[in-house]
Amino acid sequence: MKSFLIEEIKLIGVLALQGNFQSHLEILNQLGKTSKEIKFSKELDQIEGLIIPGGESTTIYNLLNREKNFAREIKSFSRSFPILGTCAGLILMSKIEDDKIVKSLNILDVLVERNAYGRQINSFSASIQLKNDSFDERLIQGSFIRAPKIISYGEDTEPFAFFQNEVVGIKSGKHIGITFHPEIFQETFIHEICFS
Amino acid sequence: MINKDTFREKVALAEMLKGGVIMDVTNVEQAKIAEESGAVSVMALERIPSDIRADGGVARMSNPQMIKEIQENVSIPVMAKCRIGHFAEAQVLEALEVDFIDESEVLTIADEEAHILKHPFKIPFVCGARNLGEALRRIDEGAAMIRTKGEAGSGNIVEAVRHMNMINKQIFELTENNLDEKASEFRVPTDLVKYVLQNKKLPVPNFAAGGIATPADASLMMQLGAETVFVGSGIFKSSDPLERAKSIVHAVTHYKNSEEVLKASYNLKDAMKGILMSDLSEDEKFSNRGD
Repeated sequence: MKSFLIEEIKLIGVLALQGNFQSHLEILNQLGKTSKEIKFSKELDQIEGLIIPGGESTTIYNLLNREKNFAREIKSFSRSFPILGTCAGLILMSKIEDDKIVKSLNILDVLVERNAYGRQINSFSASIQLKNDSFDERLIQGSFIRAPKIISYGEDTEPFAFFQNEVVGIKSGKHIGITFHPEIFQETFIHEICFS
Repeated sequence: MINKDTFREKVALAEMLKGGVIMDVTNVEQAKIAEESGAVSVMALERIPSDIRADGGVARMSNPQMIKEIQENVSIPVMAKCRIGHFAEAQVLEALEVDFIDESEVLTIADEEAHILKHPFKIPFVCGARNLGEALRRIDEGAAMIRTKGEAGSGNIVEAVRHMNMINKQIFELTENNLDEKASEFRVPTDLVKYVLQNKKLPVPNFAAGGIATPADASLMMQLGAETVFVGSGIFKSSDPLERAKSIVHAVTHYKNSEEVLKASYNLKDAMKGILMSDLSEDEKFSNRGD
């Protein structure tokens, strides 16, 4: 049972099938939010926000599909509650066409290309510009680790994170998808705007 | 401002591989089975450790053509091994753009005095360790991930357990008062030992390798503190590689949940036979290579 009376008790889940979910649990903890590892669809009932972390998108997708309806339950969860996806998480939230291995959840109206910068030798960190009507413009640090690129996005989405004129983060309603890892730098701002 | 090839990005890839299984594969077909089973990465090598052990002779870096074919056929990261101290093999693997280099005791040692200085490389390295001193020496040289040495190709978990327990025990023996003494014993800068004392963990992810053959082996290593497991001979030396690979992945995802590890353990055929440590002479143990 979800309680809508006590606003402060907002439990945020982190999908914990594979990847650096521990770093996101630590950031939520730093922000004073209670959090929980999510490994089964039945646990979605207990939370009011979800992070799909970085890791290997192929692996997370594969593990998600070991439980019948897990993907569908996340999709239906997204109609009521915010989801933040980083890197592999964004890939899973996006629309993917023509990928033999990963089929996405279609939560964000965004097309992405996996491993678009190349292999690990092309991984890097950079300053990322955040711009949106709802907060003051700012720079944050992020790492792009075998990162995807956003190829195109729908009219109802708002690009809000930019690196060298490329869109690296999208807001769509209550959801956020980013191609980079702010948590590597202990940057908490994106978590704050997604779950405030 | 862009930072490329720094230690942070190397460790970040290791972070992304957490909570997963890295599998040894010797060809494209095995690599695809590994990817399908949920592996986070594959280690491309010509012969799996149990065959290297059986064949004898000098074991070197694998044929780059084989590694390249695997890179072209899977989308998960591809790792490859070079000999301890053989920085030219590492340079070749870097030119090939593998995602991680394992400077590995499973191959024949190339330099008995020194490991590779790993910081100048653009791609990350993983190295084996039996104890905290060995782990910190490798990190000081630039390793972005540590794994237990275990005893590769043995199908016997006893050495991996010994090495993981040893590292944990030595971490908890550190105090403010013995920092300098430990740093000199470990032959590493005091700051590195200080980090371990303050954080009660290594500054890079710590994975388990060597002898993991069953879902329960994987769960055991995760419960002892490993953040991911390497499985070498255990999968493709078993009678049912795909099922075993899937089961070990499942057991790592749910390592604290014994009902799920039980589910993963059902219906598996024979595990690899395995070797008792008492049947290996000290010379035959891969884990004695490098310090």
